[in-house]
Amino acid sequence: MVNNHINNIKVNLNTSKINNIKRYSMYIALIFIWIFFTIMTDGTFMAMRNLSNLSRQVSIIAILATGMTLVIITGNIDLSVGSLMGLIGAISAVFQAWYGMGTLPVIIIAILFGSLIGLFNGYLISFAKIPSFVVTLAGLLMFRGLLIAINKGVTISPMTESYKFIGQAYLSKGVGYILCIAAILIYDLISIKSRSFKVKYNFKIESLNKFILKLALYNILIIIFTLIMNIYRGIPIPVIIMLAVIVVFTFVMQRTKFGRYIYAVGGNIEAAFYSGINTKLIILFVFIIMGALSSISGIILTARLNAATVTAGMNMELDAIAASVIGGTSFSGGIGSIPGAILGALIMASLDNGMSLLNMNVSWQYMIKGLVLLVAVLFDVYSKNKE
Amino acid sequence: MNNILEIKNLTKVFPGVVALDNVNINIKKGEIHGICGENGAGKSTLIKILSGIYPKNTYKGSILLNGDAIAFKNNKDAKNAGIATIYQELSLVQELNIAENIFLNNEPSNKFGVIDNNKLFKETQKILEQVGIDSNFDEKVVNLSIGKRQIIEIAKALSKNVKILIFDEPTSALTDQEVETLMNILKKLKKKGLTCIYISHRLSEILQICDTITTLRDGKFIGTKVSKETNIKKLTKMIIGKDIEKIYPKEKIPIGETVLKVEDFCVYDKRGKKIVKNVTFELKKGEILGFYGLIGAGRTELFSGIFGAYPNRIDGNVYIQGKKVQIKSPEDAIRRGIFLLTEDRKRYGLFKDKTIKYNITISTLDKFIQNFTISEEKETIYTSEIYDKLSIKASSLNMYVKNLSGGNQQKVVFARALMAEPNFFILDEPTKGIDVGAKMEIHNLIKKIARSGVAVILIASELSEIIGMSDRVITMHEGKITGDEKIETIDRGSILNNIFGENLH
Repeated sequence: MVNNHINNIKVNLNTSKINNIKRYSMYIALIFIWIFFTIMTDGTFMAMRNLSNLSRQVSIIAILATGMTLVIITGNIDLSVGSLMGLIGAISAVFQAWYGMGTLPVIIIAILFGSLIGLFNGYLISFAKIPSFVVTLAGLLMFRGLLIAINKGVTISPMTESYKFIGQAYLSKGVGYILCIAAILIYDLISIKSRSFKVKYNFKIESLNKFILKLALYNILIIIFTLIMNIYRGIPIPVIIMLAVIVVFTFVMQRTKFGRYIYAVGGNIEAAFYSGINTKLIILFVFIIMGALSSISGIILTARLNAATVTAGMNMELDAIAASVIGGTSFSGGIGSIPGAILGALIMASLDNGMSLLNMNVSWQYMIKGLVLLVAVLFDVYSKNKE
Repeated sequence: MNNILEIKNLTKVFPGVVALDNVNINIKKGEIHGICGENGAGKSTLIKILSGIYPKNTYKGSILLNGDAIAFKNNKDAKNAGIATIYQELSLVQELNIAENIFLNNEPSNKFGVIDNNKLFKETQKILEQVGIDSNFDEKVVNLSIGKRQIIEIAKALSKNVKILIFDEPTSALTDQEVETLMNILKKLKKKGLTCIYISHRLSEILQICDTITTLRDGKFIGTKVSKETNIKKLTKMIIGKDIEKIYPKEKIPIGETVLKVEDFCVYDKRGKKIVKNVTFELKKGEILGFYGLIGAGRTELFSGIFGAYPNRIDGNVYIQGKKVQIKSPEDAIRRGIFLLTEDRKRYGLFKDKTIKYNITISTLDKFIQNFTISEEKETIYTSEIYDKLSIKASSLNMYVKNLSGGNQQKVVFARALMAEPNFFILDEPTKGIDVGAKMEIHNLIKKIARSGVAVILIASELSEIIGMSDRVITMHEGKITGDEKIETIDRGSILNNIFGENLH
C-alpha cells in the first residue's frame, strides 16, 4: 500500500534536465577556469605548492559562505562578516600578543564574541524587525571602526606558535591517508545506504552503472586530493576545519529539524509561522551561527598572516555572498545548498588565485569577478524562468 | 431596445474548470445591470474578459460594443474602448494626492513633459463636481476613507471618457452611509446616460439599484430578470439552483462533549478598534460548526486570534476540553491540538519550492526523529499513508508542490494538518478557488475528519456550502455573533438577515 502510488514514476523531464544543466554548469565553469589559468601561467597554477595555497584560500571563503548560505536561505543577508572577521583577529591578537593569553582561551573568547555579535544582529533583525541589510551594513561600519580603534591603526603581532598552527600547519601525511580512507568509506557507505533506501520505496534512482561511476569518481577525487596535498606538505589545517564545517552543516540542513525550518522560514515565512515554527528564533540562531563561523574564518586568517591588520577581512562578505549565489542560493529565499556554496567558493578563490598569479591589474580582477557573479545569477534566473 | 454591449456564446476554460460556459448577456445603453452568482459562478472571469485582463484568443465567443466586435489585447485596450472597472482592491497610489491619482498616466502636460498644475486642478475640480463630492484635491489618498477612495476611483474612470463602468463588489468594505453615497452617485451617473455593470453578493443592493439582473451559476447563464419583477427569494433560488441536499448528502455524526469553549473573545485592529466583539461559542466533538458572514465580518480575525497568529491585541477566555488556555503562537496552538488551514493557502500554507513530503511533515517533524536526525524512512512511510488516504494526484511524494493543481495543493495542506492529529480543525474557506470535482473530494474529506471524532470549524462564503456541510451555523456581522442555529431548524432568509445585519423582507 505504501508503494503502489510511487510505482508509476513519471519524471518531469524538463525540470530535471534544466536542474542537471544548472548543477553541472558550475563544475564545468570551474574546470574551464582551472584549465585557463594552467595554460596562462605555464602550469604554475597546477603546481602542488599553488594548489595547497589555493586550498587554504578556499577554506576561509567556504566557511564564511556556509554561514552566508544559511542566512540567504532565510531570506536575509549579512554584510558585516568581513568586518567581524577583522575585529575577531584584532581581539585575539590583543589578548595574545599584548596580554600573553594562551591559544585555547583566545579561540574560545573569539568564538563567543562572534556568536554574541551574531545574537546582536539576529535580535535586531528578527525581534526589532529592522531589515538585515540595514543592521549588517551598520555592523560593517561599526565593527571596522572598532577594529581600527583597537589596533590604533597598526598591525598587531606576533601570534604564538600554537595559534599560527591553525592557519599555517599541515596534517602529518600518515593521518592524511587515514582520513582519506575513512572519508571514502563513509561516503560510499552513506551513498549505498541512501540508494538502497530509495530502491526499497521505489523512488526515482539513477542506473546502477551511473551510480557506480559516480561513486568511483568521487573516490578518485578524494584520493587525488590527498595525494596532491601529501606530495607537497600534507593537508592544511584550515582545509580540515573547512571540511568539518561542511560536513556538520550539510548534515544539519538535510537531516535535522533546524535545517528544515531554515528552508521553511526562507521559502515562505508566513506559512512557516502558521505551521507552528518559531520563525524569529530560527533567524536568531542562523545569525548566531553566522557570527561563530565568521570568528572561525577570522581566526584562520589571523593565524595565516601571523598578525591582525586593519584591513583584514575587508570585502570578504562580498566573496562569501558571491560564492553562495554562484552556488545556486536564491535571494528570494528558501533555495540553496552547502555543497553549492563550496563550489561557489572554489570558483571565487580560483579566480582570485589565478589572477594574482598572472599579476593581473586589480581593476581587472574586480571586473572579472563581478562579471562571473552576474553571469552565474543570470543563468540561475534564466533557468528558473524556463521552469 | 438599444444594446450597448452584447456578449455572445462566451466560453472560457481553465485547466480542469469551465469558468464560463456559452454565456449570452445583453446590456442596454444607460442601464445599471446587476450580475449575481456564487463564488466561482464565473462573475470575475466575465469581468476579466470585458476588461482585457484575459486577452483575446484565450476565450471563445464574441463581444459587441455598440454593434462592433471587440477583442482586447490587454487592460489598456479596454480602457481606450471606454470600459473601466472599479475593483474590490482599489488601484490608487496611496502617497499621491487626489488630483495626481485621477490623472495618473494621463497628466495634462506641455511638450517637455512638465505637468500643467493649473489645468490639472481645474480638470479635477470639474470631475469631482460630477461625482458630487467636495474634497481637497491635494489631499493624499492614504488619508481618505475606503468609501472616498472608491469615489476617487470612479472619478478616475470618468476622466477617461468611459462608456461602461464595471463595479466588482464595490460595497463589501463600505459603511452603510458610504453605500448610500455610492448609490446616489450611481443614480446620478445613470441620469447622464452612463452604463454600469454591478456585481455584488448583496442581493438587497442589487435589487435596489439595478434595472436588470443576470444570474450565473457554475459558469452558465441562468437568466436575466427585470428587477421590479423579482425578489430576494426568487433570486436566491436562481443563484443556488439545484437542491443542495443532493450535493451535500446529509450524514448524522454523533456529537460528543465540548472540546472548545470561547468566552467574550475580542480582537482589536492595529489602531485599537474592536473588530471582533465579545464573541462566545462552544464547539463539540464530531461537530461541523459553520461560520457565515460577509467579508470583513471578523471571522478570519476571530480564528487567527484563537490560533495565536493574530499580530495585534486580543482578549477573552479560551477553554480546551474544559481547561483554560493561553495560546500565544501557532506553535502553541498546534501543540494543544488545534490546526488552522488558512484562506490563502499559497501565502500562508505552502512551501512551493519544496516537495510534497516536505510540506506534509514540516509541522510534525518530532514524529520522525531518530537519534537526533530525521529518519527519512519513517517520514516516507507516514507520508505515504496519508498521501494514499487523501488520494493526492502527483507523480511521487518528491514532486514539487508548485507543480500541483489547486485542489491537490489544498490536500497537501490538509495532510499536514492530519499529520498533527489535532482535536479540532479550523478551516477558512477550504474550497476557495478549487474546481467542482476537487471541491466534492474536500467536502467528503471534511465529513470523514468529523466522523473520526474531530471537531471542525468551517468558515465559508458560499451559503450552500455552509448549509450543506454544517451541523450548526453561527452568523457574524461586523464582529458580532448575530445567530447560532442548528441546521435542522435553520431558515435561509434569517441567515441572510443575520449576516447583513438588516431586515430584508
